[in-house]
Amino acid sequence: MSRRKAYYANKIKRAVHLLFYRRHRKPGVKGWELRKALGSDYTKVLKVLDKHLKPFDLQVKTVFEGEKPPEKPTLDQLNKARFCITLRGELTPKEAKMIGWRIDDLAGLAITIAYIISKKGKATRKEVEELLRNKLPGWKVGINVDRYIRYGYLMQDENKQLYLDWRTHTEVDQKALIDLVLSTET
Amino acid sequence: MQSKRKRSKLGREKLQRIIEMCESVEERSLDPFLLDVDEVIGVIKDYFPEWELPEDLCLDAETIHRLASVIKLQSEWVRHRSTSLYTDPFLLEEKLTRMSKEGMVNIFLEAWHPIVELEQISLHSLVEAIKYWKSLLPLSERWKEFSPEKIEAGLATREELIKQRILLDKAFSEELENFWEKLRREVKEKGEDGKIRYWNFIGAETYEETVHKAFMISFLVTYGYATLEIHPLEEEMFIKPYKKPLTKIGEKQLVSIPIAVTAEDWMKWKRGELSE
Repeated sequence: MSRRKAYYANKIKRAVHLLFYRRHRKPGVKGWELRKALGSDYTKVLKVLDKHLKPFDLQVKTVFEGEKPPEKPTLDQLNKARFCITLRGELTPKEAKMIGWRIDDLAGLAITIAYIISKKGKATRKEVEELLRNKLPGWKVGINVDRYIRYGYLMQDENKQLYLDWRTHTEVDQKALIDLVLSTET
Repeated sequence: MQSKRKRSKLGREKLQRIIEMCESVEERSLDPFLLDVDEVIGVIKDYFPEWELPEDLCLDAETIHRLASVIKLQSEWVRHRSTSLYTDPFLLEEKLTRMSKEGMVNIFLEAWHPIVELEQISLHSLVEAIKYWKSLLPLSERWKEFSPEKIEAGLATREELIKQRILLDKAFSEELENFWEKLRREVKEKGEDGKIRYWNFIGAETYEETVHKAFMISFLVTYGYATLEIHPLEEEMFIKPYKKPLTKIGEKQLVSIPIAVTAEDWMKWKRGELSE
């Protein structure tokens, strides 16, 4: 193996350890942490790792601060961004069940996210709960919303307004979700 | 004169109503275009010459401020409508209500790419866990410690702290130096910009150990080995060790900062609510 190859192989191994194993309360690693561990060419290392992950249907996802990802991120924006490994493709309903989601809970999450997006990113908890109550038993609705907040999909302010939180920005392709909902015949 | 008083009263009521309306638009996420800005500006302009008292001028300023917030919401609304994410909320709500749970899940799964994360036990963490288990007191003794007994605060001598195993029976300065080294090591490993979050450093497996670390930190800060960086707005607190101990402490006026390290705070930290 050439020295250059060995150099990158070593760094990729280190990046895998950092990205796959949970180090903080929130999954993922900040850009500055990766720079510290892998060196200033960490974005190059992540690109190579992303290529290696493709056959396994995984990807390296970059989540920038703020709602819109920058087209050409600066060094500072990359340092502040969070990097994590996500699924590249899709799960089947059976697989979703296997990773601990009941169909009711997942449908509730989907409806909540879609509704908040349509309300320009914020909606009152009361109206979200009313919407969920159409399909879910009343006692479960509050528990589910609390669970979505705990997992980091939603956040709630002191006025009981719900917003999308970091996990939704990381895991959900919001535009695709809305397009799919609108294009489905009911 | 009477009519002027009446007019001022009416004006105040109108401004108050405008403020309330603006507040409800902001707080309840109502359509910001429900408010006719031109009409409101007309009312504000109309009554402005009446105001002489500072309270009335403040009310006028408050109305303008609230109106500006609603105009900001209107501009955000227009911007959102022009983006690709915009969709009619009524249409979407209708679709969401009609859709079956299974249908919704199938759609969501096409747009959902969950994070992959692993938690795996290692030989090192097993060893740590065994060490922890060995030092863990039986439940009956631990429950005794958390019983809500009221203990009056008082002063503890060094001998008492040694007896209670909060301090070790070795030269205090040596212990302090070792602790300072430990802090610097942890800052280097886990910290950022030469500092570390207060709870990330003092938090330990047991409450006793946490209190001990908080106790030692207070001495490090007092004797000029480290300093505390407090961001009250963000409710964040950092410990920043100095490269060399400051010898000029006492020249400036010292400030005491009481920091509560309660069992509840420790439990919160254990659950990860006090770290990042």
